[in-house]
Amino acid sequence: MLGYIIRRILAVIPVMTIVAIFVFLLLRLTPGDPAAIIAGDMATPAQLERIRTSLGLSDPLHVQFVTWVGLLLKGELGTSLISNTPVTQMIGQRIWPTFNIAVLTIVLSVLIAVPMGVLAAWRHRTWVDYAVMAFSVLGFSIPVFVIGYLFIQAFAIELRWFPVQGYAAPSEGFGKFLARAILPCLTLATIYVALIARMTRASMLEVLGEDYIRTARAKGVKETVVLFRHALRNAAVPIMTIIGTGFALLIGGVVVTESVFNIPGIGRLTVDAILARDYPVIQGMILLTSGLYVFINLVIDLSYTFFDPRIRY
Amino acid sequence: MKFKTRSFDAAPSVLEIEDLTVQLAGNRTAAPVLDKVSLKIRQGETVCLVGESGSGKSVTSLSVMGLLPKGALEATGGRIGLEGRNLLELGPQAMREMRAQKISMIFQEPMTALNPVMRVGDQIGEVLDTHTRLPAREKRARVLDIMNQVHLPDVERIHRSYPHQLSGGQRQRIMIAMALILEPQLLIADEPTTALDVTTQKQILGLIAELQEKHGTAVLFITHDMGVVAEIADTVHVMKLGRIVEHAPVEDLLRRPREDYTKQLLQSVPSLTPRPARPEPQGGAVLSVSGLQKTYGAHGVFARREATRAANDVSFSIPRGRTLGIVGESGSGKSTVARCIMRLIDPTEGDIRVADREIARLSRHALRPYRKHIQIVFQDPFRSLNPRWTIGRSLIEGPLNIGADRKAALKRAAELLTLVGLPDDAVNRYPHQFSGGQRQRVAIARAIAMEPDVLVADEAVSALDVSVQAQVLDLLDELQKKLGIAILFITHDLRVAAQICDEVVVMQHGHVVEHDTAANVLANPQHAYTRALIEAAPGRLWDFANFRELKSA
Repeated sequence: MLGYIIRRILAVIPVMTIVAIFVFLLLRLTPGDPAAIIAGDMATPAQLERIRTSLGLSDPLHVQFVTWVGLLLKGELGTSLISNTPVTQMIGQRIWPTFNIAVLTIVLSVLIAVPMGVLAAWRHRTWVDYAVMAFSVLGFSIPVFVIGYLFIQAFAIELRWFPVQGYAAPSEGFGKFLARAILPCLTLATIYVALIARMTRASMLEVLGEDYIRTARAKGVKETVVLFRHALRNAAVPIMTIIGTGFALLIGGVVVTESVFNIPGIGRLTVDAILARDYPVIQGMILLTSGLYVFINLVIDLSYTFFDPRIRY
Repeated sequence: MKFKTRSFDAAPSVLEIEDLTVQLAGNRTAAPVLDKVSLKIRQGETVCLVGESGSGKSVTSLSVMGLLPKGALEATGGRIGLEGRNLLELGPQAMREMRAQKISMIFQEPMTALNPVMRVGDQIGEVLDTHTRLPAREKRARVLDIMNQVHLPDVERIHRSYPHQLSGGQRQRIMIAMALILEPQLLIADEPTTALDVTTQKQILGLIAELQEKHGTAVLFITHDMGVVAEIADTVHVMKLGRIVEHAPVEDLLRRPREDYTKQLLQSVPSLTPRPARPEPQGGAVLSVSGLQKTYGAHGVFARREATRAANDVSFSIPRGRTLGIVGESGSGKSTVARCIMRLIDPTEGDIRVADREIARLSRHALRPYRKHIQIVFQDPFRSLNPRWTIGRSLIEGPLNIGADRKAALKRAAELLTLVGLPDDAVNRYPHQFSGGQRQRVAIARAIAMEPDVLVADEAVSALDVSVQAQVLDLLDELQKKLGIAILFITHDLRVAAQICDEVVVMQHGHVVEHDTAANVLANPQHAYTRALIEAAPGRLWDFANFRELKSA
């Protein structure tokens, strides 16, 4: 097991190297003069020269790469061309709102979706099942911003339960955080509830046909125990995969929801950086998200061994 | 043959089923699945319910457990009496309380009947959690005690094990422990030994009998195997199409069956007496294997495990028109040999000659023209045909691959279906429209469509009912006479081997332990393992087809 974890961590090295090379080339291989791209149409030759020197663009490509990787290993991602603040600091500020929203969204989704899926499978081909499936189709098909504005209209403007927009960190008081985070999280959760409920239902349907479920019933075990102790754990592996991928997507930033609810997360940071051609920030974001994906995948793979003792690496 | 002859007239009855009728849910007009089934089991008695697949044996047992699939089947009439109560009238809660306390059930497939992600000790303990309030220490003691009673070795270790760490026999012992821990009055055993090797089967049957004796349990034993019936039954009920057609004490039934159906069932039990020897064949071998070896797990940089030898120094040859059987239990390496010969897996060492060509080391590409010389029929006819392809498409795929003309291949497919005893319009139908026996005929037709020299039958009749089994064996024999094909017949069933094989190879742990004519192997086994196999064959002293003791040779 330990050997497996070590091997998996070692496998991160080639993956991240490829990502780093890609990120590096992203700027250098764009057609035209990178400095001109960065500086925009109105730049003077002096400004261009300053950008070239600050990015080391006059050196040969491989020298640039070594310098860049060297800085990267020291944890330096460069400075933003727009605000002149270090990229690490910018991301550091914006990651927490995104992370907190992502965690709350996934927790809410799992709490709602898994029981829904279990119920739908247990009551297969009854109205309960059809209702869950119908909700699931709706959750997939309504665009996020529509749900977001509907929630704001209903719960913030009409009912005045929650503030319309904004974000507060949990450190400012968990109630305050929750009041502002609940609507964006529910908005984001709709699609994940739909996805996870569907996956749970499918996986449970398969497991409920297994012989050991009949054995459990033959022991006189209660239905709830049959469903949650015997069936759900056996159905867990595909559900975990969906939850993990969902979480990774959420961490990558959710632009629309952050815009609708005015949350200072990394989704908007990325979009702003792209629009402003703030290359150091874009590079930092790509490195961060790919690193997170690799890490989350490792955690999901390890979680399988917890659910199924037959899986040994 | 010594039958059980105990009388139970004085014993109190445990289960009384009267006129039980089960129908398809929501379809009262269709023929009932169970039609007025009545049977009675007394304390300490073993009642066997025999019949072919679809006769309603399992539905009867599931009705008693209250485990009929919801929305598919429902009991619409009759009574299931236990302790003066009608189980059909109990609510879900009351029915749950009956299970494991009054009635328990063990199932056919110990491989799948246990929850793979729960430790087996916890699975047994769950019965106590559900029905009793015991302190943890006492609970554990009870679980270990019942595990000892079912003769599991090293119970402390097995208590912590997961099902996949145990053998089939051990898992079935866990199932029995789980069923009997609360000492129910009735144990329902639904084909509990069908998936096990004969030697393991013998132990499990012995164990059930021992525990039954000890606790006075009544046993309802469901089986399709007349050999098992002869060994364990007090009373036998024969089922056909949802009805009980005949019931009698075991000896009466086997000596003097009254109903035609019972007679037919008994007559199709393959005899352990080998077929008469056929004249020695002319000409050389069409398949010869020498020094075949298959080793698993020896390579890989990180591999620290010792290599497993699945087959070791296996040699034999088959002449044209003859049948050679490979007999052995699970893990003996018989299927490994078949797969190596088919080159579905690559042998580690040794030669395989087909049609005078060494094929063991040919590349995938170079092998292609030789594939047609050797074809295989698999065990499970329900999974070996593509469900989305018509029979015709399955039949012509092979010939088309070797360049046959489509029209000619389709015409030939229709002829082949007639040859295997199916209507020629079956080409346009799909596998699900056929029964297991018919599908196995299709699988055979698919194999011979390639006009092979050798047909490998890997447990090809093991999943079939005895009467269908007899028909498929006859078909193979007939095809062999017509086409002169050589057959390599892989089986775990000595009775089947005796019926079809000229020669028998007995394998154990990857080695050939005995190789002789079928007559010699069965009548005069040399190796201790062969003798053990023969002795474990249930009902081996009874001549089922002639309703009498076997005349000792």
